[in-house]
Amino acid sequence: MSVGPREAASAESPAAGPASLTEIFLAFNRLALQGFGGVLPVAQRELVERRRWLTKQEFVQLLSIGQVLPGPNIFNMALIFGDRHFGWRGGAAALAGLLAAPLVIVLALTLLARQAAHLPQVAGALRGMGMVAAALILSTAVKVSGTLRGNAMGLATCIALAALTTAAVGVLRWPMALVLAALGPAAWSVAWWKLRR
Amino acid sequence: MVEAAPVNDLLFGTLALTGADWFGLFLHFAMLSLLAIGGAITTVPDMHRFVVAERGWLDDATFSGSVALAQAAPGPNVLFVAVIGFNVGGLAGVAATLAGSLLPSTLLTYTVARWGEQRRDQRGVRAFTEGMAPVTIGLLLATSWILTEPTRTSAVGWLLFAATVVWMVRTKWSPLWPIAAGAVAGALGWV
Repeated sequence: MSVGPREAASAESPAAGPASLTEIFLAFNRLALQGFGGVLPVAQRELVERRRWLTKQEFVQLLSIGQVLPGPNIFNMALIFGDRHFGWRGGAAALAGLLAAPLVIVLALTLLARQAAHLPQVAGALRGMGMVAAALILSTAVKVSGTLRGNAMGLATCIALAALTTAAVGVLRWPMALVLAALGPAAWSVAWWKLRR
Repeated sequence: MVEAAPVNDLLFGTLALTGADWFGLFLHFAMLSLLAIGGAITTVPDMHRFVVAERGWLDDATFSGSVALAQAAPGPNVLFVAVIGFNVGGLAGVAATLAGSLLPSTLLTYTVARWGEQRRDQRGVRAFTEGMAPVTIGLLLATSWILTEPTRTSAVGWLLFAATVVWMVRTKWSPLWPIAAGAVAGALGWV
C-alpha cells in the first residue's frame, strides 16, 4: 500500500523484505519470544542483521518515529514496518506476532503464581523481583539521562523538569494527565525558544 | 455453582466489578495510552494511583508483583498491563487494560506516522522530543519509586536494588540474572 522512505534507501538494502504476512508474523513472534526485559535490542538483531529487511539507518529512523509517538516503541515500529510492506494487514500481522505467544506465557505464569500465592516463598520471590524491576527501570532512566547533556533546553532546565515530574507524579501522586498538561506545554515552549536560529 | 466459581474467577476475577467499573478501567488505560510518550512503563504511577489508591482493587504487593512478573517473562514490556488486568478482573480485565493501552496509540500511530516521518526535523516536532525527554526521565524515576513501595524498609532489598543498577548500567549482561537473584533472595525470606 504505502511505500514511503524505503525506496530512497533500497540501494543499500541487502534483501527484499518479507514475502508474506505469515513471514512477518513469524519474524515478530520470534523476536518477541527472545526479548527478556525489552524487545528492542533483539529487534535490531533480527530485522537488520539476521533477516536483512532493514538497513541500520532505516532501523534508527523507524525507532525515532516510534519514540515521538505515544505507545510502546516496539509496537509503533512493528506497525509502521508491517504497514509499509502489506498495508494494515501487515501491521496487524506484526502486532499479533509480537503479542500472541508472550501474552499466553505471561498469563500462565500469573496463574501459577496465584495458585502458589499461599506459599511464603512465592510471595517473597515476587517481593524480591519487584525490587529488581524497580531497579531495572531506574537503570533505564540512568542510561537515557546521558542524552540530556545535548538537550537544547540546557542541563539545568532538564534536571529541574525531571525533578518536578518525579515529585508531582511519584511523591505527591498527582494525576499524570494534569501534570503533563502543565509541564508539557511549558517544556515545549522552552525547547521551541531555545531551538530558534 | 461450586464448579462454576473457578471458571468465573478466571473470566472475570473475584472483585465483582460493575459495568461502570469495567468501562472506567478501560477508559483510564486508554487515556494513559495517549500519554505514554516514553513507553507504557512511564504511566505506571498513574495506573497505581487509579487501581491501588483510588479504587483499592489491588494492594501494593500485588501491583509491584504484576510488573515484576511481566519483566521475568519474554515479550514486550507492555504486557505488564495484561498482568495488572488479569489480577483485577481475570481475562475480561486483560481485555480492558490491554485494549485500552494499545488501541488509542495504535490508531494514532497508524494515522500520524507518515505525517511525523516527513516533519521529523521541523522545529515544532524537535521542540516536542527535546522538551519531553526530561519529563520522560522524571516519569521513569517516579515509576521506580512506586514499585519499591512494598519493600522500602528492607535493607537487603535496597542492596539488591543497588546491585541491579550497577549490573545494568556497567555491563551488557542480561537482566534475567538480577531478576533470578531477586526471586531467590525473596524466596529465602531475605527481602
